[in-house]
Amino acid sequence: MSSPRILACGDAALTIEFGSTIDPRLNARVLALDGRVAAGVPGVVETVPTYRSLLVHYDPLATDFEELSQALLALCDHLPDTPAEARVWRIPVVYGGEFGIDLEDVAARHGIGPADVIAKHSAPTYRVYMIGFLPGFSYLGGLDPAIATPRRESPRTDTPAGTISIGGVQALVASIAAPSGWHLLGRTPVRTFMPGRDPTFLLGPGDRVRFEAIPPSRWDALDRAAASGDPVAEVIG
Amino acid sequence: MTALRVVVTGPMTSLQDAGRTGFQRYGVSPSGAMDRLALAAANTLVGNGPGAAGIEFMLLGGTFAVEDGEVAIAVMGAPCAVSVDGQAIAPAASVRVRAGQTITVGAAREGVYAYLAVAGGFAVAPDLGSLSLHRRAGIGGLDGRPLAAGDRLPLNLDRPADSSDLALGPVALEPDAPVRVVLGPQDDLFTPDGLATFASSTYAVTQEADRMGYRLAGPKVAHAQGYNIVSDGIVSGSVQVPGSGEPIVMMADRQTTGGYPKIATVVSADLRVLAQRRPGQTVRFAVIGMGEAQDLARERARAIANLTTAARPVRRGAFTSEDLLALNLAGAAVDAWAD
Repeated sequence: MSSPRILACGDAALTIEFGSTIDPRLNARVLALDGRVAAGVPGVVETVPTYRSLLVHYDPLATDFEELSQALLALCDHLPDTPAEARVWRIPVVYGGEFGIDLEDVAARHGIGPADVIAKHSAPTYRVYMIGFLPGFSYLGGLDPAIATPRRESPRTDTPAGTISIGGVQALVASIAAPSGWHLLGRTPVRTFMPGRDPTFLLGPGDRVRFEAIPPSRWDALDRAAASGDPVAEVIG
Repeated sequence: MTALRVVVTGPMTSLQDAGRTGFQRYGVSPSGAMDRLALAAANTLVGNGPGAAGIEFMLLGGTFAVEDGEVAIAVMGAPCAVSVDGQAIAPAASVRVRAGQTITVGAAREGVYAYLAVAGGFAVAPDLGSLSLHRRAGIGGLDGRPLAAGDRLPLNLDRPADSSDLALGPVALEPDAPVRVVLGPQDDLFTPDGLATFASSTYAVTQEADRMGYRLAGPKVAHAQGYNIVSDGIVSGSVQVPGSGEPIVMMADRQTTGGYPKIATVVSADLRVLAQRRPGQTVRFAVIGMGEAQDLARERARAIANLTTAARPVRRGAFTSEDLLALNLAGAAVDAWAD
């Protein structure tokens, strides 16, 4: 693997970039570095792990770009490129119908049935590569390439909270209503972000996720439980 | 308990402080005041720390009734008329307001964002460590939303400490100053011509300018190789260039990650300068080096720390233009007061 690059992000942040692609080995290095930085680097305020890079916010009164770059590069020695062990979440999903308005279209594009799409989407154990865009939006790696689908040409201005969608080779668990150009396969009652609940966020970067197809008849009860603070998602490993 | 009751205000009025730290890894944007210097100045005038939460006004002001006790307030930022029970008060100075009195903050005459600070701050519970509203996430502010008529904002102090009212010079809006940037993180994804266009052109702020970002109109910046990248982290001030070639500067309520190349980053000291420009006003970028940018950040921190010593006590009660001149305030401030 090539050496990481340091990129300037203004006077109070920098990015350490390991590559420019979606690649589990790159992401493993990002998360491993994030763990090392969390152990304490002077001047670091907070970090944002993404697919392929770590964004480091720092206090320019406590350190500077050169000093911090050197300190971070020194932490990049022998970063593992296999992911660390992490908890596995089971997330219930109601697929299709009003819950996943693009399920049939995605199936038709790939010349398979909606049940095949559900089977392929709920088979893998995904990994959370990044939480970003909006609170709790969890971007997953591990989608079956057989159902990878390019983003819609024209994004929707609004998609519901709890949307389970795919875009290209990525899968997403959304938390709150948001605009999106991805394909909506289903919805989960799980709130990956819920202000006032402890914990406010369920998933963390590096966590693993499995989807469990549930019938629409279970939605109301699970959604009520989730609204009252029950995680509804289960840690199964 | 002393409180401010919102009588009327604009739709974008919200509580904002120095922003939310530590949750960007969970997709939570920092939010916070669009003009940190103006918020710090308003806070200094009422004896608060620079990052305490104030009421942020966007273009429109509001009217507030004081309930119980007494409060010291100050308004800074975009110049606007401020009155208590219909009587104009001096700009850039704190004033005491008693129960039963009404504070009116007028619309911004120029600039965009103004701040009302209250001595001791608001007795409102923070979300994720901050009172700053992030509207889409429904966190911060009052119950996760902007302020609206009828809201009651309880205050931490029943009456202000028995100290003098204070005055400062106005916080300049710098409508013609270049907005300084550091190149990167993805300046290598633009052609040399694209970089030259960005650095030398005059852009205009469009109607799509809000707490999330400022979309600019002007000469198109050419990408070297497409305009989609695998998402990476965004900071406040990131200058994204989407397929249209026209830059978008990400502001306080921005998303935390994104998939457009970022040609440059506005230095933190100049974010407020851009924030105070209205649709139609121009923006020119000036590319500076990292060393200079970091010196500016330290200079700004010193300036904020020095506000306390810059604040001068003023005679309570009637204010004359001689008082203001004696304080060596700029002409603009006197004009504003006369307004």
